[in-house]
Amino acid sequence: MEGTHEKESYNFEIVQWFSVAAVIYLVVGALLGVIIASQLSWPALNLDIPYLTFGRLRPLHTNAVIFAFGGCTLMGASFYIVQRTCSVRLWSDKLAWFTFIGWNLVIVSAVITLPLGFTQGKEYAELEWPIDIAIALVWVAYAFNFIMTIVKRRNSHIYVANWFFIAMMVMITYLHVVNSLAIPVELFKSYSIFSGVHDAMIQWWYGHNAVGFLLTAGFLGIMYYFVPKQSDRPIYSYRLSVLHFWALVFGYVWIGGHHLLYTALPDWVGSLGAIISIGMIIPSWGGAVNGMMTLSGAWDKLRTDYVLRFLIVSLAFYAMSTFEGPMMSLRTVNSLSHYTDWTIGHVHSGALGWVVMVSTGAIYHMLSRLWNKQIYSARLVNFHFWIHTIGIVIYICAMWVSGIMQGLMWRTYDEYGNLVYTFAESVAAMHPYYVLRTLGGVLVLAGALVMLYNTVMTINKSKAVA
Amino acid sequence: MAEDKPKGLQEKLEKNVFALLLMVAFVLSIGGIVEIVPLFYLENVLEDNALASDGSPRFPELAGVRPYTPLELAGRDIYLREGCYACHSQMVRPLRDEKERYGHYSLAVESKYDHPFQWGSKRTGPDLARVGGKYSDEWHVAHLLDPRSMVPESVMPRYRWLKDAPIDVVSLKKRVGAMKAIGVPYSEKEIADVSTAVAGKTEMDAMVAYLQSLGTMVKFREGRDYRE
Repeated sequence: MEGTHEKESYNFEIVQWFSVAAVIYLVVGALLGVIIASQLSWPALNLDIPYLTFGRLRPLHTNAVIFAFGGCTLMGASFYIVQRTCSVRLWSDKLAWFTFIGWNLVIVSAVITLPLGFTQGKEYAELEWPIDIAIALVWVAYAFNFIMTIVKRRNSHIYVANWFFIAMMVMITYLHVVNSLAIPVELFKSYSIFSGVHDAMIQWWYGHNAVGFLLTAGFLGIMYYFVPKQSDRPIYSYRLSVLHFWALVFGYVWIGGHHLLYTALPDWVGSLGAIISIGMIIPSWGGAVNGMMTLSGAWDKLRTDYVLRFLIVSLAFYAMSTFEGPMMSLRTVNSLSHYTDWTIGHVHSGALGWVVMVSTGAIYHMLSRLWNKQIYSARLVNFHFWIHTIGIVIYICAMWVSGIMQGLMWRTYDEYGNLVYTFAESVAAMHPYYVLRTLGGVLVLAGALVMLYNTVMTINKSKAVA
Repeated sequence: MAEDKPKGLQEKLEKNVFALLLMVAFVLSIGGIVEIVPLFYLENVLEDNALASDGSPRFPELAGVRPYTPLELAGRDIYLREGCYACHSQMVRPLRDEKERYGHYSLAVESKYDHPFQWGSKRTGPDLARVGGKYSDEWHVAHLLDPRSMVPESVMPRYRWLKDAPIDVVSLKKRVGAMKAIGVPYSEKEIADVSTAVAGKTEMDAMVAYLQSLGTMVKFREGRDYRE
């Protein structure tokens, strides 16, 4: 994978900063998740303080996890991967620092403005217009630096991981620019220039492709580097990676409409979205199979290599949630699952199972190489793996049960043809599952804290790897 | 490494980052263009465009959809600020149980002045698309101040700070002006009269006015099918 040339000095310092930031943001994102999950379990925890209510903290949770944790992981890992796979140092150190500082300033401004109630009112795109402009600038600087690094590479072929990063960079630019088009009213107030049905379609084109390209394509790029590296095996199939890359790039873009089935959006858009969603099982599983089969002949490594466990189990969750997603976009299933906790469970099997696990594996892998030290405690990595996995399973199962129960209660009729349950009764029935979900979240948070501890101790460890 | 001539398109792309970039950018744009662009010019996207055989509007009752009054708009901005959309949808689907629980299914035309849309994606609380007129103003005030006093099972936060917060008239005037600038038909007079329209009103008044307006603008006719 690395070129045959003598290694020039890579800029690993920037990767170190992004990695540490990612670990911290994982703790922050999980903590916010636990807080808002607790608020749904025990509403008194909203504390009657406007800045701490569920409605204002929930966007902070999603932004912290997706853009702070996910963003820092992606930027750090992609800068690591592009240098190693191109055998050259980053094109510009200054631009890399601009990216790091800029991205973190964006995160700080989110932490301040979202609890204050400054929002554009669109899910996962809440940040107000001045911050949106800052995001666009930092993102383009990041992409430019990445691509210029590929331009000066020492080898002829661009490695597959980098294709995925390029797709992510282009699509996120499209999405962010179009979905954030708004007319500013004041410094922190603006209105989307689109309205109603148009705004809805653009929002879900944005929303689902943020999942498709930031949380999928970007992390597939991470997978394509770290799975073969950690297992010391070549990728299972080059041909499969070409096929599933182009299928994914072409197909993902269409499926946002499945968020709007049965709504006032013209039926053909939702149906098109649903049909292609089903088809997306193929490229999604192509990636999962390609990653998992990389281990063929070396499965025994899973017994001893805890980092590899994170990477491979992340692929299992990826395969599961990319099967679940298309199922949920079937009209009949969607009529039940939409608007319920099932969706929340689905998102978290993707976010906690796939994204966090593949990131965690990648960060543990990089830790020892970036600081040239052995990881402080492999046992703690294993402990993190189990506590995280158990946390996810509790979370997802609770949401499956509550989601399906909600969906069924809302549509249950008695023998006279009347609705059996009031809405309030369905809310009351959710309570035990919301408590269970909180417990799952606490385990995930505990795992993140263990990771933070292990990271700090590794960095502070004096002994370098021989 | 082998420096053979590129054999196929894939190999060319793998060796030229700008070609790869352009190809990716092209492939990525197709789906969005096919699905989104037509929505802006297809006539049947908004139901009030439908015409009868004599050229008159087929559903004259849909002309009832109007911009929010300045007070309602102030309420809507509070709805956004508090993140209500995280738990409440505003989109009734054409399903039997939703018709009975919430009312007539939502039409696209009903949210044509909604910048941004608030259809939502989750019902931790009930759908609000047709909540207008369902409860009294007093009920809403009591419910917003302490949801569990009205609905013991509720998990909604208490919004006690709405009661005494005045509406920022200067800001509201700018907001109505901005809405006009992006095509919502407010008259100059309405903008000039913002201060008198909301004089002495609190955020609570605005919130209740907004909630009471939801889903009330169209007087649906029994037995009519508004969507094909």
